[in-house]
Amino acid sequence: MIGSVKIFADILCNVGVNIMAKRTMFEKIWDNHVIHQEEGKPSVIYIDLQLVHEVTSPQAFEGLRMSGRKVRRPDLTFATMDHNVPTQDRFNIKDPISKQQIDTLTKNCQDFGVTLFDLNTIDQGVVHVMGPELGLTCPGKTIVCGDSHTSTHGAFGALAFGIGTSEVEHVLATQCLQQSKAKTMEVRFKGSRKPGVTAKDMILGVIAQYGTDFATGYVIEYRGEAISSLTMEERMTICNMSIEAGARAGLIAPDETTFEYLRGRQYVPADFDAAVEAWKALATDEGAQFDSVVDFDVDALIPQVTWGTSPGMGTNITASVPNPADLPTENERKAAEKALEYMDLKPGTPMSSINIDYVFIGSCTNGRISDLRAAAEIARGYKVNENVTAIVVPGSGRVKLQAEEEGLDVIFKEAGFEWRDAGCSMCLAMNPDVLKPGQRCASTSNRNFEGRQGRGGRTHLVSPAMAVAAAIKGHFTDVRDWEIKSPVLN
Amino acid sequence: MEPFKKLTGIVAPVDRVNVDTDAIIPKQFLKRIERSGFGQFLFYEWRFDESGEVNPEFEPNKPRYEGASVLISRANFGCGSSREHAPWAILDYGYKVIIAPSYADIFYNNCFKNGILPIKLSEEQVEDLFQRTAKNDGYKLEVDLENKTISDESGLSIQFELDEHRRQFLLQGLDDIGLTLQHEDKIAAYEAQTPGYLR
Repeated sequence: MIGSVKIFADILCNVGVNIMAKRTMFEKIWDNHVIHQEEGKPSVIYIDLQLVHEVTSPQAFEGLRMSGRKVRRPDLTFATMDHNVPTQDRFNIKDPISKQQIDTLTKNCQDFGVTLFDLNTIDQGVVHVMGPELGLTCPGKTIVCGDSHTSTHGAFGALAFGIGTSEVEHVLATQCLQQSKAKTMEVRFKGSRKPGVTAKDMILGVIAQYGTDFATGYVIEYRGEAISSLTMEERMTICNMSIEAGARAGLIAPDETTFEYLRGRQYVPADFDAAVEAWKALATDEGAQFDSVVDFDVDALIPQVTWGTSPGMGTNITASVPNPADLPTENERKAAEKALEYMDLKPGTPMSSINIDYVFIGSCTNGRISDLRAAAEIARGYKVNENVTAIVVPGSGRVKLQAEEEGLDVIFKEAGFEWRDAGCSMCLAMNPDVLKPGQRCASTSNRNFEGRQGRGGRTHLVSPAMAVAAAIKGHFTDVRDWEIKSPVLN
Repeated sequence: MEPFKKLTGIVAPVDRVNVDTDAIIPKQFLKRIERSGFGQFLFYEWRFDESGEVNPEFEPNKPRYEGASVLISRANFGCGSSREHAPWAILDYGYKVIIAPSYADIFYNNCFKNGILPIKLSEEQVEDLFQRTAKNDGYKLEVDLENKTISDESGLSIQFELDEHRRQFLLQGLDDIGLTLQHEDKIAAYEAQTPGYLR
């Protein structure tokens, strides 16, 4: 009853009847999910969907067993394996501990009645690619997963955030979480994107400008024409990296683009048209106040490349490796010096002169069909540089199938890329796809931390188009100057 | 969970900003299905060189920090992956208190679920602790959660801030799943009226 009263109130607000304070989208979703609140304590909020993977769940299920608890809502809980999965010869998992973790997930899902999309199903894939594909991710939901990139689902106007394993257990047992309400931040994208500039460049640009903790304690709402004109997959790329800005979650208002993406997907609400009407009421009220506002100039944005060991250490492809001495604080100077030492880079080196050994295309940031199309567009008619190993890892079984139906796999293979099976792969290198010490990688993933892609490995974050161009040239290059030999995209 | 009330322990420094959870516990060690045994892998790629030998350059490896239970570090500690293996490794290694100017949200939250006290102090206060630690062999801090104070033998006394609910949670070692389940009737009522757009 409370929920429907609130939706009614939202509708009234939208027609100008001011019976409630003007609210942001985050506040509306939050209010709709509060089960219990008390002064001085975190609120108990209801969780509409929990996604589960093999790495952060075994101890949670074990906790349930030890305390004799069940999964309260197995129908709101969906699992897949992604982090450990090999992308070649995937049923032959050679690492016994990886195999044990995958087998443990299978057993836990059986024991507790949770739907599992395993390696035998087309739906298996990176958990944040799978959820949206199946229509599990919908506007207005609260969504959690034991994975920081759960922020991806915010692209649909869902309040989605990563949690630790204790909280995974908490949600399994209660379908609720104890949460303190985050503050709200508006990130306003001003202007429009120029050709060759992608959603990945937009979010890398924001983090390079404002740092990796400017949004700590906040839920971001991304707004502006440059956001509403994005496709769903591009919006997911932006929201995915909200956590790299420190944000609890990232949100984008649902609109026709959202509804068209979802229409007809397997798990969307049965009465879809009625759901769309309710979803429309979620948008931030005109005149609602955010706790903080940040502006970002998209007009001036050009393709981005990171040079350091934190996602905020990034710059323009036309720029050079910065000099740590030029940075404003002692801590930043020390961090940049350590980063350049680890990355084996000298200040003043043009970004476009940095040679690479490896290219990884995939991940929950850039492993969707449109990412692979953009990559194939650059690759078609070219060959991967002889000094470079390049792999393409689709985000899910469905992405892989779709790409093969479009012939993208053939384009990649003819150009010298390896065409792999779905999984997280070299985004975090828990599976056999690992950089060797000293190898330098152009990666479409989300983190360039020390050792992230393998001990001693050096990661540069870029868009899929920039990664392919680097694979072919053997060094970073400005994709805006690329000659497309034979277009894949319309 | 073990309650946390008071502790006196040796302080070990990790002088870096943005210490991420990949650095705290690298991914190759996330494959265990237990909560225990992660301490041996804490800061693995900083603590050990490529051949697995102890890296003497990494500050906490120095003999003077042996047995430390308080970790000091810089801003945005625990950023990156949500892996709770990070606080599990920190606790299993022997650290029960962390002091830094700021923390990433998920890591901060994860600490309280495991009886670790993460204290936020100003950049200046943290810098002062780094200097005191560097100057005094075997430097110790007393951390008192009842009174929210940090003190040392040479008269330092700092009052720190902490959300009262989180303080009680640690002092009592509460089971928060049990707390949520006290609202069973409200959860059931909510489920009975879930709007159609969320089904």
